[in-house]
Amino acid sequence: MATSRNIIALKSILHKEIHRFMRIWVQTLVPPAITISLYFVIFGSLIGSRIGDMGGFDYMSFIVPGLIMMSVITNSYSNVASSFFSAKWQRNVEEMLVAPVPNWVIVAGYVGGGMARGILVGGIVTLVAMFFVDIQIHNIWVIIFTVALTSATFALGGLINAIFAGSFDDISIIPTFILTPLTYLGGVFYSISLLPEFWQGVSQINPIVYMVNAFRYGFLGISDVSLTLSFAVLGVFIVSLYTIAMVLITKGIGLRS
Amino acid sequence: MPSALEISGLKKIYKGGFQALKGIDLTVKQGDFFALLGPNGAGKSTTIGIITSLVNKSAGKISVFGHDIDQELESAKSFIGLVPQEFNFNQFEPLMKILVNQAGYYGVERSIALQRAEKYLKQLDLWDKRNDAARMLSGGMKRRLMIARALMHEPKMLILDEPTAGVDIELRRSMWNFLRELNQQGITIILTTHYLEEAEMLCRNIAIIDSGIIVENTDMKSLLAKLDIETFVFDLKPNSAPQALAELSSRVIDDHTLEVDVKKSQTINSVFIELNKQGIEVLSMRNKSNRLEELFVSLVGSGQAKVDSAAKE
Repeated sequence: MATSRNIIALKSILHKEIHRFMRIWVQTLVPPAITISLYFVIFGSLIGSRIGDMGGFDYMSFIVPGLIMMSVITNSYSNVASSFFSAKWQRNVEEMLVAPVPNWVIVAGYVGGGMARGILVGGIVTLVAMFFVDIQIHNIWVIIFTVALTSATFALGGLINAIFAGSFDDISIIPTFILTPLTYLGGVFYSISLLPEFWQGVSQINPIVYMVNAFRYGFLGISDVSLTLSFAVLGVFIVSLYTIAMVLITKGIGLRS
Repeated sequence: MPSALEISGLKKIYKGGFQALKGIDLTVKQGDFFALLGPNGAGKSTTIGIITSLVNKSAGKISVFGHDIDQELESAKSFIGLVPQEFNFNQFEPLMKILVNQAGYYGVERSIALQRAEKYLKQLDLWDKRNDAARMLSGGMKRRLMIARALMHEPKMLILDEPTAGVDIELRRSMWNFLRELNQQGITIILTTHYLEEAEMLCRNIAIIDSGIIVENTDMKSLLAKLDIETFVFDLKPNSAPQALAELSSRVIDDHTLEVDVKKSQTINSVFIELNKQGIEVLSMRNKSNRLEELFVSLVGSGQAKVDSAAKE
């Protein structure tokens, strides 16, 4: 009884979340495709042609996995952050809070919605990339697991951000001041082996390095870090962020007075 | 048979130290039509917030149809339908989606939810608007949408926090009829309202809360029986120039209006006898204010006095 009720509730939240970003597809799905096309044109064709090979591949092929991952990260995070904060702002989050929806279903529903947008945008960016470069796949399972775990990690991050946020400014601070620098310094555009030893060490505390490299391994078969370590980092982040999100919702931080 | 709602020793202290509830006890029987009245800031919405788990309580126990909210929160929630005071739906979603999603949160299958949404949208005269975004609705329509939403999982208890605020009289009356029908079907209804006429017309039992304490909790008839004096306003023929009435407390308002306080022990006939003696003809008469309103004012005043004296002690 409770299980079937929870499944229906989860489906309802997922349906609502997916419908939300599909309804405003011009705002949610088109911009990443345009942005990534510009990256391909500027960094791939114009500048990339002068850079030469990186990691044994031409520069365009090297940056494709990182650019796809960048879209996945940004979109899974911002989808949950903006959707959950809007629900708080308009108070329609109360529709779920008064209903017999367990907290894990709320978390799973919003994270699922964020993952759906992240993966869909990742797919669109991959399609765009195919116009610029021949996509090769080294290990499809690594690609699938990495994209699923990364989108889940950042969807959880977006949820926690939205729980704490008191204004719309608060949901743009972390993407602007933390997420973007970490992504750009996370080995999307370069191999961290090119960095001086000290900065290579610093880069290893950036979790995005592990996600980008695992993803790149799935496509090209090369990585600056161990694949096992990458999945371990993702696992630790997911467990930690899920635990934090559950504690916050259970205590009603930012949701209940 | 367990009560629909059982509250004992409920306290709420907000951050900053404001004590909104000071230990309230309340019982609402199954099938009741119950009024929870009080002035602004008395603790009505806090009480409702705690029952529906939108507000964390500081102390006390609540059970809904025998299910303790600390032990069986999800079961307790499944019995309750809430119509909050403020609009809290997604303004950008169409009505149908709002209703079907809400039903989904309670585990109602989509096919059943669609049927129920049609039923309640038709009953509440919103069917034509089913595909419109909620922000396009008028204030009265938004109130009715929230009632429809609260009914989607067919709750056994409906809690309405000022459901007719800002609604015109015609619509208010049709909402009263709708609520009466729901109550007749066996749904327990708890209502807060500022329209005391509404509470008097609809509710069988009543609690009055003031400054976080229950100052009265009884049935409506017993409460109204406590009213010792009713004030009537007599509209007289123009230029009647009435005099104050002997044996009765009365006030001459102008040359054709007279206010008379009639005690329970007196009859209105005695007023007419006195007016006849003066040769004054009466065109019409009415209560100066709603009976419950008079009681409410006196009870809320005494409640505040209790709180003040407790604070001094």
